[in-house]
Amino acid sequence: MSDFFTLALVTATLRLTTPLLFTALGGVISERAGIINIALEGLMLTGAFFAVAGTWWTGSPWLGLLIGVLSAGVAASIHAYWSITLRANQIVAGTAVNLIAAGLTAFMIQRIWNQTGASESVTRLPSLATGINILLPVAFLLVPIVSFFLFRTKHGLHLQSSGEHPQAAESVGIDVTRNRYIAVIASGMLAGFGGAFLSIGDLSYFTLDMTAGRGFIALAAVIFGGWTPFGAMLASLLFGAAQAVQIQAQATADFPISTDLLLAFPYVLTLIAVTGLVRSSNPPAGLGQHPTSH
Amino acid sequence: MSSASPSKRSGIALKILGPILAVLAALLVGAVIMLFSGQDPIAAYRALLNGAFNGRRAIAETLIYTAPLMLGGLAFAVAYRASLFNIGIEGQLVIGGLAAGLVGASDLGLPTALHLPLAVIAAAIAGGVWGAIPGALRAFTGAHEVITTIMLNYLAYRLINFTIQSLGDWLPVDSQFQATERVLPSAELPIVLEGTRLHAGIIVAVVCAIALWYLLFRTSFGFKVRTVGLSRGAANYSGISWRTIFVLAMAISGLLAGLAGAGEALGLQGRHYAIPPGYGFTAIAVGLVGRNHPIAIIPAALLFGVLNAGALAMQDEAGVSSEIVLVLQGLVILAVAAFAAANRIPGLRRLATPRMST
Repeated sequence: MSDFFTLALVTATLRLTTPLLFTALGGVISERAGIINIALEGLMLTGAFFAVAGTWWTGSPWLGLLIGVLSAGVAASIHAYWSITLRANQIVAGTAVNLIAAGLTAFMIQRIWNQTGASESVTRLPSLATGINILLPVAFLLVPIVSFFLFRTKHGLHLQSSGEHPQAAESVGIDVTRNRYIAVIASGMLAGFGGAFLSIGDLSYFTLDMTAGRGFIALAAVIFGGWTPFGAMLASLLFGAAQAVQIQAQATADFPISTDLLLAFPYVLTLIAVTGLVRSSNPPAGLGQHPTSH
Repeated sequence: MSSASPSKRSGIALKILGPILAVLAALLVGAVIMLFSGQDPIAAYRALLNGAFNGRRAIAETLIYTAPLMLGGLAFAVAYRASLFNIGIEGQLVIGGLAAGLVGASDLGLPTALHLPLAVIAAAIAGGVWGAIPGALRAFTGAHEVITTIMLNYLAYRLINFTIQSLGDWLPVDSQFQATERVLPSAELPIVLEGTRLHAGIIVAVVCAIALWYLLFRTSFGFKVRTVGLSRGAANYSGISWRTIFVLAMAISGLLAGLAGAGEALGLQGRHYAIPPGYGFTAIAVGLVGRNHPIAIIPAALLFGVLNAGALAMQDEAGVSSEIVLVLQGLVILAVAAFAAANRIPGLRRLATPRMST
């Protein structure tokens, strides 16, 4: 056990945290603006897919990253249109986006590469050191930036008031619709970064359903982290660490705890967290609400 | 529907027309996607219909898919009627399937008349409890059911994996197979169409649809559920405990999902596998297209049964990846939501609800 907690475990934790962190930061922005975003899973998947497709088409992983991030932004605008303009149930809209993303990426693997299940290999984004892709520090640097934006800038505070009390925000001249669109599309682009990290940062190809629920876990990190960027980071680290320990435990003979129970641990914590039994859990007051009643 | 509906009959016509238009719109967008990627949508849809209807075997396969989707759609509907959003159907389904698989694979020395019902009841209870947990958390702590059901989905997958991988000394599981042991003949659901895989699950599903209709629209309990769903304040005022209704509606929702899992384990697969089948999210589409009405969910489930059963034929015969069906399901949800939205926006209402009669 003494050599269980090694540098490799630390890098693995950071590596597994990164996609969750990008996406959770997106989730914080969207939910702070009042839009529930369970589409994060599908947005991540969209980003992961088009990052590979973009790299395949252009030959450059940087352009691939751009295409992946923009595609996830476009997919998010569908969620935004249904949730904000059509005022559809935001969970219904998010579910639809998730289904479409899962289906369309699988469909397009076959159309582009004439394969099922996985894409061809492409060039990946450069790494700074073994296991440290260039996007990894970017995710962590975004934490103070998003935090500063949300809590210290005029735009960030307007965005928050759009989520906290949309009617009051409208009455003082804040364009709630515009703020919400920007927030949802930004959340999609951040989820796109998370997805691209998986496909062209960590690996060099896309596989069917490669996000495997990470978008939902990121949403849990948003809530567990109390809807703040730093909270979401700590929660993402917890989820990432659980995965890293699980992976290493599988390779360790006679590890005393079932890896399934290790992986279950963060979900139990999140369940406890959202019940507010441990500490108060305060979502934005206007989450899921529209500026004018209908 | 709004109170502006000129008569009850045209109201019903619109309720039927809306989802049909939504499905057609989704199929049209799906066709555009296929055209755009250089494939023939007409050949694809023809192959899909062939795969779903051409012959006894095809029809049986369609109904095999329809059964769990119908139960899942009903599960979604009963929660929705109480204003709750159960996206944990997948988790409740697999927990129910595990319970059915474990009881079904246990040699209890019982005849079919006892063993099969016991396995089904085990699934209903397990699914019901897994559903009641988020209901109770919502009722008594305010924790939103969307988040708690997502967490409980992942907990369910972990719990099942743990049971299969680590509890082999005590329970009838097979870690090599990633499943429970084979269900004993005394706990198998009977085949209802000879020479096919069609098991009695479809009958269970239709019976549940009728039972749920009766429960929701003909009993005082159903009235309470719908009252809570429309307005918690009004429910409170008339002395209905919305907390109790939240827990019970979610328990019934989970119970129905658990039955879907039982059908898979005791009917189709003959064991419960650790890999979730993915019906939980399609069930949401079924519920929405069926407008969360138990009887309307029967044809809605059939529609998605056709899509799922025909998908493989579409892939084999027309070369269109079967996953396009997921896209169609998502598009149907978007279209249903858009039609509902058009109803709410005054300027668009006239477009979405043409006057049928006065």
